[in-house]
Amino acid sequence: MIELESKVPAGPIELKWDKHRFEMKLVNPANKRKYTILMVGSGLGGASAAASLSELGYNVKCFCFQDSPRRAHSIAAQGGINAAKNYRNDGDSIYRLFYDTVKGGDFRSREANVYRLAQISVEIIDQCVAQGVPFAREYGGVLANRSFGGAQVSRTFYARGQTGQQLLLGAYQQMEKEIARGGVTMYPRTEMLDLIVIDGYARGIVTRDMVTGQVATYLGDAVVLGTGGYGNVFYLSTNAKGSNATAIWRAYKRGAAFANPCFTQIHPTCIPVSGDYQSKLTLMSESLRNDGRVWVPKKAGDRRPPSQIADNERDYYLERKYPSFGNLAPRDIASRAAKEVCDEGRGVGESGLGVYLDFADAISRLGTQTIRERYGNLFEMYQRITDENPYEAPMRIYPAVHYTMGGLWVDYNLMSTIPGLHVIGEANFSDHGANRLGASALMQGLADGYFVLPATIGDYLASSKLPKVGTDHPDCRRVEAEVAAFTRRLLDIRGKRTVDSFHRELGKIMWDYCGMARNATGLKKALNLIPELRAEFWRNVNVPGSDAELNQALEKAGRVADFLELGELMCLDALHRDESCGGHFREEFQTEDGEALRDDEHFAYVAAWEYKGPDRTPAMQKEPLEFEYVHLAQRSYK
Amino acid sequence: MVTYDAPGIGPDMSFLEMLDVVNERLIERGDVPVAFDHDCREGICGSCSLMIDGVAHGPMPGTATCQLHMRSFKDGAVISVEPWRARAFPVLRDLVVDRSALDRIIQAGGFISAPTGGAPDGNTILIPKETVDTAMDAAQCIGCGACVAACPNGSASLFTASKLAHLGLLPQGQPERYRRALRMVARMDIEQFGGCTLYGECQDACPKLISIDTITRLNRDFLKASLSEGRGAVAKAD
Repeated sequence: MIELESKVPAGPIELKWDKHRFEMKLVNPANKRKYTILMVGSGLGGASAAASLSELGYNVKCFCFQDSPRRAHSIAAQGGINAAKNYRNDGDSIYRLFYDTVKGGDFRSREANVYRLAQISVEIIDQCVAQGVPFAREYGGVLANRSFGGAQVSRTFYARGQTGQQLLLGAYQQMEKEIARGGVTMYPRTEMLDLIVIDGYARGIVTRDMVTGQVATYLGDAVVLGTGGYGNVFYLSTNAKGSNATAIWRAYKRGAAFANPCFTQIHPTCIPVSGDYQSKLTLMSESLRNDGRVWVPKKAGDRRPPSQIADNERDYYLERKYPSFGNLAPRDIASRAAKEVCDEGRGVGESGLGVYLDFADAISRLGTQTIRERYGNLFEMYQRITDENPYEAPMRIYPAVHYTMGGLWVDYNLMSTIPGLHVIGEANFSDHGANRLGASALMQGLADGYFVLPATIGDYLASSKLPKVGTDHPDCRRVEAEVAAFTRRLLDIRGKRTVDSFHRELGKIMWDYCGMARNATGLKKALNLIPELRAEFWRNVNVPGSDAELNQALEKAGRVADFLELGELMCLDALHRDESCGGHFREEFQTEDGEALRDDEHFAYVAAWEYKGPDRTPAMQKEPLEFEYVHLAQRSYK
Repeated sequence: MVTYDAPGIGPDMSFLEMLDVVNERLIERGDVPVAFDHDCREGICGSCSLMIDGVAHGPMPGTATCQLHMRSFKDGAVISVEPWRARAFPVLRDLVVDRSALDRIIQAGGFISAPTGGAPDGNTILIPKETVDTAMDAAQCIGCGACVAACPNGSASLFTASKLAHLGLLPQGQPERYRRALRMVARMDIEQFGGCTLYGECQDACPKLISIDTITRLNRDFLKASLSEGRGAVAKAD
């Protein structure tokens, strides 16, 4: 059985991280160059960590599957990054950001981790400004702020509707500087397919060169995964097409516990699906809800164009149900409210699965020019896809899978249950509990990469006496052979169905039974359907081409094979958690108003799942959560 | 050139969704699909890179390949699809090219040397709104390489100029401004991109509508850097 020790330092919460930084061991500057760290993923977490570790003097090898580290999906994040600067003088503080995040996570995250995140948020903004990230500014030259969901203060820093792009480019540029200096070696178009654990320590990875097909082993003193979230298990999500769970899934099968896999986030404002060929969903930033008003017609079946529906015939349902937060209600609440009104037959658009996000009032109050300055690129994006003009007609939006709060379990030092394997950013489970607030993912990726990992990995390296290992070690040979066999097996099936057809079918099962609203009957049904689909995959998938070449179908096949297992774990986790919290909504457990009903007495814990072998039920371990500072309460945004 | 039939494509499908459908049918027939780079499918990552009917990213201005929809084409049209063609971008397979030369230009100086830690409070650096807005216009470059593909000389000037403009406009970028210009331009030459003769095809092809005003800035900074550091400085830049 895996031991779950959070390693949270003792003492008052506001001093824990500073005390820990003093108590952790350091690696002497002259010794740092003796260590090699393997970084998988080059997004906000991966690039910031790779750059920072290299600057400290470590040797870093960084791997990404795209053709350049600048393509990581962090680039697509739109709305902004939170920090507790209180520039707006509206009552913000580190404590309030900490409080809002714990409450927003529906009391299912570790308090100490979240406090640290809030504390570090302030330094992140400064670091980004120093790198030249062009955050929006006021006329006087100071940084601008806007509001985001789940908060009553204006604490979000942004660069138009492209904040993720600018933050990632800042980190990418720092990493490129380190590549030029020789501290980081970059391996683009290289995918991690397995983890090498020697004598219980994570010592390396097995990779596939995506151009030549060559399989190789890379060894080091520590391995870090910054490989993003697993939203693509639903096929349709706001993730990039290449986003996948392979790195964390293979690590899970080598012994890294997977925490809270059923905690997935559905973002309320995405462009609705327009057809069966749809390949992904496009996010419309939450920042739009600063100025847009969400509504549907009051009457079911009202198919009139929006301009013909008078104001008193409209139901501004978020403003009605949640007067203090209104359109900025947190994502899980706003998504369920949208689903509710569409299920009642009041949805808009051809499919009836859509609600309006209307800017008419904001435009008449602020003028088109101001709206264009705030959201220009988002409005253009919407128009390109739907061919409708959001300056003249309300946007149609619908909830879509966006983020995964679950991920590999990590302790306070961001280390998984495998010594030496660290996990950062969306790939880990920490900080956001059962629901992530807007503008906090960017904050977490950079906190982990710039400030937390560089400190904690030093402690790991200074404390471990790792023997030298070479690629001829029997564990390396064995894992390489397993990777080669897995690849060959996929290619040899030569069945009748394409990889995408399996992926779509899995996505539909997951959306229908493990999506916005779950129930025991549906989850049990999914737990029968998914293994059947997986068995058919391994009998009937057709993967064309060979492995000794650039083969995109082969790349997809491996990822979908992993999703076909991960989906099952998610349903198992959702079924075991007999409560509703955050993004995990079990219809059997709701309040009279239809809000999530938590069961803190029985479920205030992190569910950490341990792989027990193929076709065997994983074992679940609980990490109990205690709320000393933010008192457990029913979350209300009324 | 190979011709593929694509029947039953609707106007609301994106160009890449159309290619997905073509590929699915190829696999179902026992053939191999056509390889092309793509990822975010929302015009921000810069992966997608197709010459469509001889125009980088296709016929719609300010639009990346993944944002193009089939309603931009006539029913029954024969659409030619090619990879980016430039000496600096070797073809890897089908429509996939190697654009790592662009990363190497950034490595040469497309950054502000600001190691992690010890940064002053963000508000101690006051930046006029107009300055940051202009910097942001240039910073929007997604690194797709359409500018290179569209340029008759295969020049990467717009790519390089946009990064120089972004960083060179901001106060934080001043200490390294001229050194950055020398090094990035030198790298462009080493990578065998062509020279800029101000055709202007690049700004028309750019999915983010970046202006060649940035190239004017590049030329000015490069000239100033060469003169103030002496002619030998150009040769020294590595």
